Order: sequence, then C-alpha cells, then structure tokens
Amino acid sequence: MVVGMTMETFLQQLINGLSVGSLYALIAIGYTMVYGILRLINFAHGDIFMMAAYFTYFGIAVFVIPWYITFIITIGLTMLLGVTIERVAYRPLRDAPKTSLLISAIGVSFLLENVATYLFSGKPQAFPEFPLMTTPFFIGGLSFQPVSIVIPIVAFVLMSALLYIINKTKIGMAMRAVAVDYDTAKLMGIKINGVISSTFAIGSALAAVGAILWCMKYPSVLPLMGVVPGLKCFIAAVIGGIGNVKGAVLGGLILGFSEVLMVAFFPALTGYRDAIAFVILIIILLFLPNGLLGKKYMEKV
Amino acid sequence: MKKTLSVLLSLALVVTMAAGCSGGTTTSSEDSDVIKIGVFEPLTGANAAGGELEVEGVELANQLRPEVLGKKVELVIADNKSDKAEATTAAARLIEKDKVVAILGSWGSSLSIAAGDVVKTNQIPAVALSATNPQVTAGNDYYFRVCFLDPFQGTVMANYAYKNLNAKKVAIIQEVSNDYSVGLAKFFTDSFTKLTGDPSSIVATGNYNTGDQDFNGILTNIKAANPDVIFAPGNFTESALIIKQARALGITAPFIGGDTWETNEFITVGGADVEGAVMSTFFDDTNPLTEAGKTFVAEYKKAYPDRDNIAAVTALGYDGYMMTLDAIERAGSADPVAIRDALAATKDFEGATGMITIDENGDASKNEAIIKTVKNGIFTYMDSVTID
Repeated sequence: MVVGMTMETFLQQLINGLSVGSLYALIAIGYTMVYGILRLINFAHGDIFMMAAYFTYFGIAVFVIPWYITFIITIGLTMLLGVTIERVAYRPLRDAPKTSLLISAIGVSFLLENVATYLFSGKPQAFPEFPLMTTPFFIGGLSFQPVSIVIPIVAFVLMSALLYIINKTKIGMAMRAVAVDYDTAKLMGIKINGVISSTFAIGSALAAVGAILWCMKYPSVLPLMGVVPGLKCFIAAVIGGIGNVKGAVLGGLILGFSEVLMVAFFPALTGYRDAIAFVILIIILLFLPNGLLGKKYMEKV
Repeated sequence: MKKTLSVLLSLALVVTMAAGCSGGTTTSSEDSDVIKIGVFEPLTGANAAGGELEVEGVELANQLRPEVLGKKVELVIADNKSDKAEATTAAARLIEKDKVVAILGSWGSSLSIAAGDVVKTNQIPAVALSATNPQVTAGNDYYFRVCFLDPFQGTVMANYAYKNLNAKKVAIIQEVSNDYSVGLAKFFTDSFTKLTGDPSSIVATGNYNTGDQDFNGILTNIKAANPDVIFAPGNFTESALIIKQARALGITAPFIGGDTWETNEFITVGGADVEGAVMSTFFDDTNPLTEAGKTFVAEYKKAYPDRDNIAAVTALGYDGYMMTLDAIERAGSADPVAIRDALAATKDFEGATGMITIDENGDASKNEAIIKTVKNGIFTYMDSVTID
C-alpha cells in the first residue's frame, strides 16, 4: 500500500529524518570516541544514555530543580557515571584480551538496566513537558517542533566543538596519540589514564545531551529505553567508520534519513524499520569494511 | 586486596547459589496445607503498568478470600518481563519449581499465548485475565479467560467509529510484534469495512514495534491519507506517544483504541494530548452491575483511597482469582485436572465485571463492553454497548 506522496509529505518526512538522525549522531559520537581510544565497543553507552534520562526526570519532576540547573547536574552526573564505569569495569582489564573488556561492557550494560528497573520500577515515567520546545508551529502544511530544529543545531555545534578539542587542544593531541599507538604514547609521557577518563567524560556528556533532547521529543523514560537507540547508534558509528567523529555524525544522519524514508516510500514495510539499520550496515560493510569515512591508520579518535 | 576481593566474590556466589536452591525442595501443594496459585504477569518491561494493575486485583481478592477447602491460598507472583520467551520460562517455573495448582494471567495476549503450550502439556489450568485474543484459549483445554474477546471488541469500536463518530475513512496503527494489537486491528477492519461496504475505507495502515519511540514517519503518511478517525490498538506508552506526536504534526482526527490503554501511564505520558481519546474496556467502576462488583469497588477504595478510578483489568484480576477459588471449592480438591474440569463447568458465576459462564472454548461469554474516554486526565465512563 503505497500512499501517493505529495511534496508536503515528503518534506515533512525529511524534517522527521533530520531530527532523528541528529539524535543518533550525538549518541554515536560516544561509541566512536571510546572505540578510537580503547578499541572497545562500549555496550553500556546506551544505558548511560538511559541513566541520563532518569537523572533529568528526577531533577525536574521529582526534586523540582529548575530545568537549566538540572541539565547541568545531569551532564555532570552522567560524566561521572561514564568515568566511574571506566575506572571500575574497564581499567582493571586494560591489559586483558579485548574479549574480556567486551564482556565486561555487556555486564555493565545489564547491571545498569537491572539497577534502573529495581530502583525506578519497570513502568514508564512521564518526562516533564517543555512547551517552548514541543509546541509545533506550521509553515504551509508543514509542522515544525522547535526541538526538531534545535537537535540538529546542537548536534552540529557539539560536533564542531569536539573536532576543535581533538584537533587543536593539548588533550586532543594526547587523545590522538593514544589512538594511534597506546604504548608509544605512554612512553612519551602522556598520562594515559587521564586521557581515557576525559574520553569517557566527553562521550558520556554527549550521551546526556542526547538523552535530554531525546526525552523532550519522546517524553517517556524507561529502564530499557537505551537498548534500541544504543544498538542503532553503534551501527551508525560503524557505518560512518568507527573511530571517526565525522563518520559517526554522517552515519547517524544516514540511518535517520533511511529509516524515515523507508517508512515514507514503503508504508507496508514500517514494521521492519529496525531491520533497515542492519541491512544498511551489512551493505556498507560488504563494500567498505572500514565504514564510509574510516581509514585504516588515520584519525581514529 | 585482590585476594580478599576474590574470596568475597566466591562467597557471594555460594550465597546466591544457596538462595537459589532453598526454594527447590518445595513439595506439591496438593498434600500440604497451602494451595499455591501462580500469578503470571509482566511486572517489568513495556507492559509493566498493566501487569501491576492486575496483580492489585488478584491480591485484593486474596485478602478478602484467603482460604479455600480449609487451606490457606498462597499467591506466587512470577514476572514474565513483557517478553514472549521469558513468559514461557516464567510459566514453566511456576509449574515445576513452585508447584502451583492453577495460574492467573497474563495481561497481554502474546504473553498468554506464549505460555499456552506449557500449561497444556503440564495439565495446569490457567485463567487469562485481560488477554482478549481468540488464540489464547483456542485449541487449549487448559486456558480459560474472564474477559471478552477481540472479535467482539473490534466490532464494538468499529460501530463506535461508524455510528457515533460518523467516520467514513479510518487509518489503523498497529503494534506488529503484538498478537493482541494485530488481531484487534484485523477484527476492527473486518467489521468496519462491512459497515461501510467499502473495502478501501481503511485509508492507511502504520506498523510499529513494541518499544518504538519515534512515530513521525508513519504519522506523516497517515496525515496525507486524511482519515476521519485513527484506530490504534496497542501498548499504552507507545500509544500515548503516537497521539502526542500526531497532535504535534497537526493531525486532529480523534484517536480510538482498545482495553490496553486504560493505565495511568497512558495519561501521564500523553498529558493533555490524550484528552478525548476513546477506548473500549471491561468494567465501569462508577456503575458496577453486580453485587460482587459493588463489594469489589468498596474494598478497592478502602485499600487504595488515593486513586481516582479503578482500572477494568484490576476488576478482571479480582474475578479471575474468585472464579478459580470457586472452581477449587466445587472440585473439592486442589488437583489441577479437577480444577480444570470445574473451571470449564463454571456457570453464572457472579464476578465484579458481570456474570461469567465459561463456554466450550474456555471463554467467558460476555456481550457487553464499556466505552471510556479521557476527560480532565481521568478515564471517564461514556457508554455501555451490548452486541448479541
């Protein structure tokens, strides 16, 4: 059943795709940064995202802290969480085989999901409303939610800031050095632990921003809400070339647009929406095993 | 430091293993002085809020009638995690480890269907509380239910859309991974196209998966099809998000749905956007039809004085427990097969949600549905519909 598509519907779908894609991009950056430095797929990233959503929910809805302060607290707590996870679950295994690290990451992911279910119950919580961000305005027949425009802008600004940090600052240089050669970097006197901690801090902060924006757009908070976005953003990072920040953003956008456009052009297939991510992943990996922007020995942060 | 840690860890392991074993020695409850009844519900995951409402009803009934045949009734609550694979395991655990003689639940047809084979093979009777899909009891002599079925519910909502809302064009949004949603959407489609005499009166169909959060894609398609009414049976969280996103896209068509919407989370997540949403359900707490219904409402208000209204599924939880105890009493024993036979012979049992007679399929023959709407943030009675 293909609905005849008008220009209006098509443009609306593009708007939908842009905002979903930018959200994926923000979360994908966290995966890609950690991978770039540690060669570790941080499976707990989706759950860090979930915890950030709960922090915001508790700050605003339960403790009635003003939203701007809550956002700062959320970002701070999420960074702390990310750094703590690295300190407790990954650092002791740094010299162990990569598989052990991976298993540890999966363990942390399950731990966070179950702790959240235990503490916050399995029932969905309603995320506070932000009328300023969600009240739509209409241009022609097109509906725009301010948040859908804010998301890509935030994603772009944060990506640029991150690229600046990586390419122009001292800590960024250290990150790149660690990414290229861990042992040599250590010999050169780079404080590895500090570099890795800051990588986790930055990645988690981006997950927190992603969670806040995600919940403004989709206002329900659940213990398992990080699983599917986590998986998709991981795919986005791989599509773009894992280890590459621009690649993660590109992968996120590609994924967002293809999902929405598939829904637009093949409404009968919408139930397979989640599968499209994997189909794209397989196709891209068949032809470009390093992803779209991934180059073997360059720019791996 | 490392050594102490490993000692501590292995200690923790041993302790958990011991804890796991302690339940293993339970003997069959037939011979002991307690009768164990399993409660099989989603308490975590996507359907948790629905499961919790039913458990409330079962527990309330258990407090009012804690004994049968001179023995104490013990409820064993098992979480099926809103997951079909977990549902099979949870049901098997209730039967094999906890030795229950009967099972109540689950909220959600898919979860009940998943447990169907387990209860049938082990010959333990199960009473579904709000699982409305025909497949729950079809071909299974051990599964019963206390609620109405989806072919009936689909007809009720199709009539409502056609007659009360004067709808000529309807769009459907269904949760494809959920048997309940797909089944109800199909029965609605059948009835509605029969009423309009026009197979193309369903102008668009959107599919989504449990747990999805972004529905803008399917809603944009539906907006282009410009339906008069949107029928969206499915899980409460997803449905609330669908309605919210539809309003943000400028879709003004009314939303109608099924019994699964009636949870508080539908309103807390949906906020002002779900005002006016209409759904069919099993029970009207402001006007109970039976004496048992009045008792249930009075007792519920005593137990939960701060609630605005009583969910229909809570009343079904209450009925499922009371009907099972009635069957155990008539069977005169806690033998699962005897309980099954007594359940199958249930006739004119006075439940909170109406009189229950179990038919040859194991279903409660009910022909009345309640239509409710969200008004000022509360599920409010609108109409009751009888179809013969």
